[in-house]
This record gives sequence, structure tokens and C-alpha cells, in this order.
Amino acid sequence: MSWILLVEQTLNGLQFGVMLFLMAAGLTLIFGVMGLINLVHGSLYMIGAFAAAAVAAATGSFLLALIASLAAAAAAGVVVETTVIRRLYDRDHLDQVLATFALILIFSEGTRWVFGSFPLFLDPPDYLSGSVSLPFGIEYSRYRLSLIVVGLAVAAGLFWMIAKTRIGIRIRAGENDREMIGALGIDISSLYTLVFALGAALAGLAGALIGAIQSVQVGMGEPVLILAFVVIVIGGIGSIKGALIGAILVGLTDTLGGFLLPKLFALFLSPSAATSVGSSLASMSIYILMAGVLLVRPKGLFGGV
Amino acid sequence: MSLKPLLAAICTAALATGAQAEGLKVGMITTLSGGGAGLGIDVRDGFVLAVEQSGRDDIEVVVEDDQRKPDIAVQLADKLIQSEKVDVLTGIIWSNLAMAVVPGAVAQGKFYLSPNAGPSPLAGRGCHQNYFNVAWQNDNLHEAAGAHANSTGYEKTFILAPNYPAGKDALAGFKRFYEGDVAGEIYTKLGQTDYASEIAQIRASDADSVFFFLPGGMGISFLKQYADSGVDLPVVGPAFSFDQGILQAVGDAALGVHNTSQWSKDIDNPTNAAFVESFQAKYGRLPSLYASQGFDTANLLMSAMDSADVTDQDAFREALKAANFSSTRGDFEFGPNHHPIQDIYVREVIKEGDVYTNRIISVGLEDRGDAYAAECQM
Repeated sequence: MSWILLVEQTLNGLQFGVMLFLMAAGLTLIFGVMGLINLVHGSLYMIGAFAAAAVAAATGSFLLALIASLAAAAAAGVVVETTVIRRLYDRDHLDQVLATFALILIFSEGTRWVFGSFPLFLDPPDYLSGSVSLPFGIEYSRYRLSLIVVGLAVAAGLFWMIAKTRIGIRIRAGENDREMIGALGIDISSLYTLVFALGAALAGLAGALIGAIQSVQVGMGEPVLILAFVVIVIGGIGSIKGALIGAILVGLTDTLGGFLLPKLFALFLSPSAATSVGSSLASMSIYILMAGVLLVRPKGLFGGV
Repeated sequence: MSLKPLLAAICTAALATGAQAEGLKVGMITTLSGGGAGLGIDVRDGFVLAVEQSGRDDIEVVVEDDQRKPDIAVQLADKLIQSEKVDVLTGIIWSNLAMAVVPGAVAQGKFYLSPNAGPSPLAGRGCHQNYFNVAWQNDNLHEAAGAHANSTGYEKTFILAPNYPAGKDALAGFKRFYEGDVAGEIYTKLGQTDYASEIAQIRASDADSVFFFLPGGMGISFLKQYADSGVDLPVVGPAFSFDQGILQAVGDAALGVHNTSQWSKDIDNPTNAAFVESFQAKYGRLPSLYASQGFDTANLLMSAMDSADVTDQDAFREALKAANFSSTRGDFEFGPNHHPIQDIYVREVIKEGDVYTNRIISVGLEDRGDAYAAECQM
């Protein structure tokens, strides 16, 4: 095992992490501000990917496809928030889970109805395909490197927005005391719609960016949704900083675990047994990480008081 | 929550044409919603096409959606057997679902014709006189890939498959015929969509080729990322990652890849040519190997109905075993464990106009049965 391979795997883990962050940021904001468990987030990811694939097929432009993914997911988010989710804020979490689960089924079958059951085609643009040479002889995929850059840029923008802008102040106020900011004359319901649309747009962008190197198909959002929940539990619910740190931790643990654990077991087991034991343990590694974090910090790494 | 049962009911109503008091009732349990729906839809469409073309009115098909969940498949099988009183069951795509349903169904005296899944236990010790597999034993296509790797001269192949029973069967099947060294062996997570880590390990190894079994969306992700990674080792795999439903989503990344299949749209016989043409005319897309398997399953069933009545189980079984039907694969016969003995072809992904498809370049294994037939005692 060379150190170049290790660096490459670390980059892979980082790339996976920042994409998870795009999902987890919206999820944690929505939970933090509105107290809503939002299972439909995975469907918004899927909508972003399908919108991007449809627009890319029609126009051939990847940039337009990304814009379409943002717009379509945000629009779907607004529709869902104003028609269904708005009625759920005062209900308990079980009702929210049931209603948003129903939305998953509606979106999945609706997408199948429109686009059919076969996966769609979405490819990275030519100017981002192929690999790029980094210092020290490391070859890395240009597209994945772009994903890292885009993900970190979005994270920086989000931090700036939360810390410095008026909307950010309102979001933070909403997290701390919903009734009070309502009493101070802030239109709480449009703030909720805005936060929901923002989270949805980020999920849609993640779906489009990831869809270009994976398959765009019905049901693509749910596995990512589960990981995003792990991320916000590790990071602390409601914390954007926690979501970023948690996402990168999960990304690195998953990638490096899957790579290193089989090699570790190969030191004292036969090759095929090591592969099978190591692979199985690697699948569990992020959940072990989550359990470990919760043991030490029951509210997650940045989970307030 | 009630959407899926409703859709299933609509499908059922649409398909249950010309119900007859006598005749034969088929229960089809297949995957019509969720991630693997493309496969089930192809099997169903192929099956229904064959029944329609026959013009028979003594066969009734009840279609149900298992959502790729074993517990739902078992419930559906109970319902089809007990309240619908079907004579024959078919349709299951996934091996884990087949293992949950088939042993119980055949033990209750029903026939089961598998249009896809062929798990090794049902070919070996767990074989049953009422279980017929019309597709393949799970290992077959991987065995042919191993044989093809030998004939191409690959000596160090990097192999990977998902960490579940069919994935382990796949790597075992590949190694059964492969004579070179294994440069590396990885089990990925089932449903994994990011293969950056595996591709990095392939790049770092001294492999001269890659064999992978990653069905459905997993294969799309792997191929796109592999093509983008700059690793240019030749790839070989079973047809599951190169079927007609998937290729359009993979695009150029799959061009030229060799893959192994028991069926291809250019197998030269009149039945196959008519099948491809009529399937395309009716559904507006090219058939996949799954569609051909559904089509063959229905034709096998109807050929048995011509010479025996399903109430006479022994006669009906003999009629099935004779496989006296015209297969899209040309030569087709059953081995002693009721699994096919057939040629497995090596295909190459090509582009015809705007459409990505496959063409045969050689025969990987001739008249291949399977490795488990000797363990089967009916």
C-alpha cells in the first residue's frame, strides 16, 4: 500500500463527505428551525437529479442542468411545505414521519410515472471529465475534485449567510425561540418556507452533482437520506458546523474503513476471510462511529446544551 | 401507503383478460416498483407478450408487485396460492426473494418456473421436481466470463462483487474457470453507489483486467466512475451490468466492453428475430435479456399446456421437462436438476445509431449446465 493511494482515498472520503454535507445541511436546518423530521429530503435529492438529467438531455448544458436542479428542488420544496408540511409543525414526530414517508412514496411513483422505470443518463461535462495531476504524482478525477471545491464553497457561503446576513439572524433566532421571533413581527411562516426551500435546493444540487457519476433512478435518495441522518446525529441536530464536521467524519470513516479494514484483517486472516470480515465490518463502521460519539456526547459533537 | 397495492390491482385488472373456469392460472410475483423495477417490468412484458401472441384464452395471469422485499413476496405467494388458487407461480427476480418463496410454493404442490433468479441451493441439494429454472443457474454467466478471460489471455484479473450471496456466487463462478491469478478481490456494499475507493485500489494494483458483477444501478455508477478515472484496463462482466435497460444510462463508458449472456438480440433464429421485432413494436424499446427470459418462460408453460393438463401433475411435469418450445436462445434443454443446458455467449457493447446495444462476438461456454446438478436428488 503506497501513501499515494492513501492520499487518493482521503480525497475520496473528503469528496463523499462534502456531498453528504449538502444533504445534511438542509436536514439539520429544517430540524433545528422547525423541529420537523423530514424524510422527504431524499426525494428532493432525486428530483434534483432527474431535473438535471432532463435539462441536460434537452439542452446539452451541464450548468443549465445544475440550475434546473436547484430550481426544481426548491420549487418542489415550496409546494410540499405550503401544502403538507405546514400542517405538521404542531404535530408530534410520529405524524411527521408518517406524512413525509407518504410523500416519499408519492414522489417515487410520480417520478416513475413521468420518467419511467429505467435509469436516466447524466454525465459530467467534457471540461470536467478525465483526471488531473496533483503535486507528488497524484492522479485524481477532475470531476471529484470539482465536487470538493463546490461543496466547500457552498459550506463557506452557508456559514457566511448564517453568521452575517439578516436571514441568517432570523434562522438562528428561529432555532432559539420560535414564539419570540413571531412576537417580534417576523413573518414566521415565510421564514419556514424559505428555510425549507433552501434545504431542498441544496439537496437537489447534491442529487444533480452526484447523479452525474452515479445512476439517476427512482429510489436513489433513500440510502443518502439515512447517511445524512447519521451525519446530523453525530454533528448535533441543528448545527451547520456539526453537519460539516459530521459529514466529513462519516465520509472519511466510510471510505478509509472500507479500504483499510480488509487490509488490517489480512495481516492475520486468510485473504478471502479477511475480505469478507473486513468488508462486513466496514459497512458497520459509520454506525459504530455514531454509537461512539453518542456515548461520549449524547447530543452530538456540536449539539448545544 | 396504499398507492402500491392500488397500482398492483390496476395491473392485475388490466392483465386478467378472458378469465376462464377451466384452463390454467399463473401467479406472477415480480418487482414493479422501487430500485429494481426495470427488471421485473421487462420480465412481465416479455411474458405477457408471449401469452398475447399465442392468442390463447385458457391462461390467466395475475401480476403482483413484491417491491423487492422478501416478506412481501412471501405474503403474495400465500395470497396467490390460497385465495387466487393459481396453478403455477413465476416472476421472481432476486435470489433472496426466490429462496423465501420457492421452497414453500413447491412443497404445496405448485409449479414454479423461474424467469430469472437461480440461486445455487435450488440447483443442488434443495432442488425440487416442481421447480424449473428457465433463465440460468446464478453462476453461469460468471463462469463464462472466467472462460473468456482465459481465452483473451488475461493473467491478473482484479475481481469485485457486492457482499451478498449472489455476489459470492459470482466470484466463485468466475474463479471456477479462470486460470490466471487474482490481482485483488473486493466485496463492496450491496447498493453502494460510489466506487472511488475500489477504483483507486484497482489503479494501485498490478492487474491487467477487471471483472465485476454489480447489477442494476451499482453497475451504472461503477462504469461511469471507472471511465472517468483514467484507469484503462479492459473490463469484463456478466450481462446484468450491460442489459438494454441500463446501457442508455451508462452511455459511452460501456462501449466496447465484453460481457457474457445466454441471450442477445442478434442470436440468429426466427423466434428471436420475431420476438425482438414484436417487443419493440409493442413497447417502444428494445428487449433486454430479462424480457427474453419472461418470453421463454411463458412459451415453455404454454408448450406444456398443449400436451398435458396441469391437474395431472406427473404428465405436466414431463411436458415441462421436454422443453418442447421454440426458445429465443435457439437450443434449449433442461438438465437433470431442471436448470438449462445452453450456450453462454460473449457480447460486445456497440452503438447502433443513437442506441447502445450488444452484439455477439463469440461463444464463451458451449452447452453449459451447472456445477450443482450432481448434488440434486429428486
